[in-house]
Amino acid sequence: MNAPLPASAALDPADAAAEIERRNARQREVVAALAPLVPAHALLWHREDTVPYECDGLTAYREQPLVVALPETEAQVAALLRACHALDVPVVARGAGTGLSGGALPNKLGVTLSLAKFNKIVTVDAVARTATVQCGVRNLAISEAAAKHGLYYAPDPSSQIACTIGGNVAENSGGVHCLKYGLTLHNVLRVRGFTVEGEAVDFGSEALDCAGLDLMSVLVGSEGMLAVTIEVTVKLIPKPLLARCIMASFDDVRKAGDAVANVIAAGIIPAGLEMMDKPMTAAVEDYVHAGYDLSAVAILLCESDGTPEEVAEEIGRMEAVLAASGATRIEVSQSEAQRLKFWSGRKNAFPATGRLSPDYMCMDSTIPRNRLSDILLAIEAMEKKYRLRCLNVFHAGDGNLHPLIMFDANDPDEFHRCELFGADILETSVAMGGTVSGEHGVGIEKLSAMCVQFAPAEREQMLALKRAFDPKALLNPGKVIPSLARCAEYGKMHVKRGLLPFPDLPRF
Amino acid sequence: MNPNDPELQGLVDRVQAAHAAGTTLCIRGGGSKAFYGEAAQGELLDTRVLRGTSSYEPTELVVTTRCGTPLAELEALLATKGQCLPFEPPHFGAAGTNVAERGATVGGMVAAGLAGPSRAAAGSVRDYVLGATLLNGRGELLTFGGQVMKNVAGYDVSRLLAGSLGTLGVILEVSLKVLPVAPATLTLALEMDEVTALASLNAWGGQPLPVNASAWWNGSLLLRLSGAVAAVHAARARIGGEAVEADAAAAFWDGLRNHHDEYFVKAQAEVQAGAALWRLSVPQTAPPMALDGDLLIEWGGAQSWLCSTLPAAAVREAATGVGGHATLFMAQDKSAGVFAPLSAPLARIHRELKKSFDPSGVFNPGRLYPGL
Repeated sequence: MNAPLPASAALDPADAAAEIERRNARQREVVAALAPLVPAHALLWHREDTVPYECDGLTAYREQPLVVALPETEAQVAALLRACHALDVPVVARGAGTGLSGGALPNKLGVTLSLAKFNKIVTVDAVARTATVQCGVRNLAISEAAAKHGLYYAPDPSSQIACTIGGNVAENSGGVHCLKYGLTLHNVLRVRGFTVEGEAVDFGSEALDCAGLDLMSVLVGSEGMLAVTIEVTVKLIPKPLLARCIMASFDDVRKAGDAVANVIAAGIIPAGLEMMDKPMTAAVEDYVHAGYDLSAVAILLCESDGTPEEVAEEIGRMEAVLAASGATRIEVSQSEAQRLKFWSGRKNAFPATGRLSPDYMCMDSTIPRNRLSDILLAIEAMEKKYRLRCLNVFHAGDGNLHPLIMFDANDPDEFHRCELFGADILETSVAMGGTVSGEHGVGIEKLSAMCVQFAPAEREQMLALKRAFDPKALLNPGKVIPSLARCAEYGKMHVKRGLLPFPDLPRF
Repeated sequence: MNPNDPELQGLVDRVQAAHAAGTTLCIRGGGSKAFYGEAAQGELLDTRVLRGTSSYEPTELVVTTRCGTPLAELEALLATKGQCLPFEPPHFGAAGTNVAERGATVGGMVAAGLAGPSRAAAGSVRDYVLGATLLNGRGELLTFGGQVMKNVAGYDVSRLLAGSLGTLGVILEVSLKVLPVAPATLTLALEMDEVTALASLNAWGGQPLPVNASAWWNGSLLLRLSGAVAAVHAARARIGGEAVEADAAAAFWDGLRNHHDEYFVKAQAEVQAGAALWRLSVPQTAPPMALDGDLLIEWGGAQSWLCSTLPAAAVREAATGVGGHATLFMAQDKSAGVFAPLSAPLARIHRELKKSFDPSGVFNPGRLYPGL
């Protein structure tokens, strides 16, 4: 997972057999403890039954859990957590398993707690503009349920057709529209869940704040490590009456990057501001045939939504800025069908890439908007260094990039070079003043990169925060925050905000 | 943050000394929120020694500034680029003083976590915190978050600091998201009773109308529209009411934000005479609580101010009953506790979090809850 650690020496066969027997014994113990708590069909442990749970969207990494539990009631969830806590069994919560950073990768001595059966929409309150839904409800299903009231749930990760709101809470998911409408954190009011001990706990409120520390701010994005989410109350907002999209071509990467900054500098907050580079445009045009400008070095999609008057005013301002920034071609969608056609390529970036390459690794990081062209040029240089091709899409409005590095997983050397390429992108992002994860989370994928983004005392403070919720470290252990030992092995320098590391302050 | 800065080193030394000796520190900027929360205890740690804006990138919508920077100074800087802090943090301070003299600092703004009239439309203090550098109870200099909004690396410790009232650490520097000032603003005045006002506010909330702030008191509702020129005009036609002259409107909202409005002047006088000023935070669709006292409703119904002599238990029960909570915002006698009690699991998490940041209990002991 991005510049992986060197493999440790293989176990001696006698030791390997002993380890297998220990694991089997532990599995028997855990199955015996959990079986009385859920219906028979809700507990899986035979390999052929647990294989579908061995990975999430980060398919390069797989692990068998001891047991997969699929509870059907909140009481069962609480009982499972109590039992696991009593036995010191790690618990990995799982929604739809669409995560891209391995957050739901099973723990090989743990229980995968699937919450997929919690798929009921409890209430949609059109007057209050809230929806209360179980954790396994799909992101898009919330908007579908709210549609008849002229409302919707704004955060729209690309996987929204499949991903669950519980998973969105775990990752603080974003999406194309988050520049204008915020991340999951900004759109969630309340989370009901369970602590690692199976105790019911309620975070947030349907009021605009609650007493005490703002625990929602650490819960959202905590990747299943602080509590298990069971029910979420989200904010719904009025569906915009109209949306129109501008497709602008640029013959120079720097001009396109500057155009993004210029839109923001003009005081415009677009509903969406996305970029595709030339190779990505060629890939998606071949797939969706939307009429993309194949000669453009970069294409910007800039969207305005609101009332017809607001959109007319804003589109005019956007066009002016893009033209002044050197756009070689500007097209404005004239109908909803055309707007969707403009977006179709961007939304199909992944499958389009999938047609070109046996495998690809999707990276996720953020850099300040004004470094967009710098990182694109750096990635171009890395293509030569690692001898792999990389296509790029960006949530340009947020500086959140998704480079797709193409490789063949059957070639171990290509896989290795791909991981190095990915690590280089992440570390370059930090050096440019950004972060190693914009929206996909850290999971296992970016553990090494966390060594670069955070100093030892910061990682230790985050581990201490985790212990405040989960002293025995049973909830999703080994994810997100790397240990001191791991960082020491990784051996990279902590590069903070583009500055070289400075000496530690003296300690008494 | 330059670790060699002698002022910073001075703060680090004092924290480390207090940690070693088991003494306590009262973190304070301008003292504009000293009245808020439980009583301050500990030796004074004045954060105004660290001030100045280290970076401001209007095209990145981010400003990074040190804790002791006057809030007025930051807002003036943002205004030069047509930008602002959309959540309108209060400066408080004595009525009649100009904003620059009121002393509120950026660090205190984040620590208090209070937002002004636009809260329901624009979001909270926490929603705009992108990153922070803090000094924890061990005297360690830690930075979390960054200068970008899309940032899910690790736990969001910087956002946790918003509203923490200095109990987790000394906020040294913070990166804040800023937004452009809206092109058009207009205030409308309407006459309606409480029930009609709440129903109207909720109905408007479900429509694409640029309602940015609201205030209902004694049968009068003032509504501030803010957004695109076309949107504000269209909304005015839809909603009706009387347009309020621009300067008078600005003065009104400023008075509401900073508690110089006649409602608060009256409330403060009554507090001196033994009443309590409560801040009620409830869902926007909560039914009227019918509590005895002078009531001002903001945030589309989500924040009310109640000046009353009712027993604390009655006020708390009413707020909890509608799914919210009540804060004893101002009173001579705060023995009933300022902040609403926490459930057992949340109280335990609070205690453990406090220990994880401040194991010796150096910072602002008891400011949020007794024993924290």
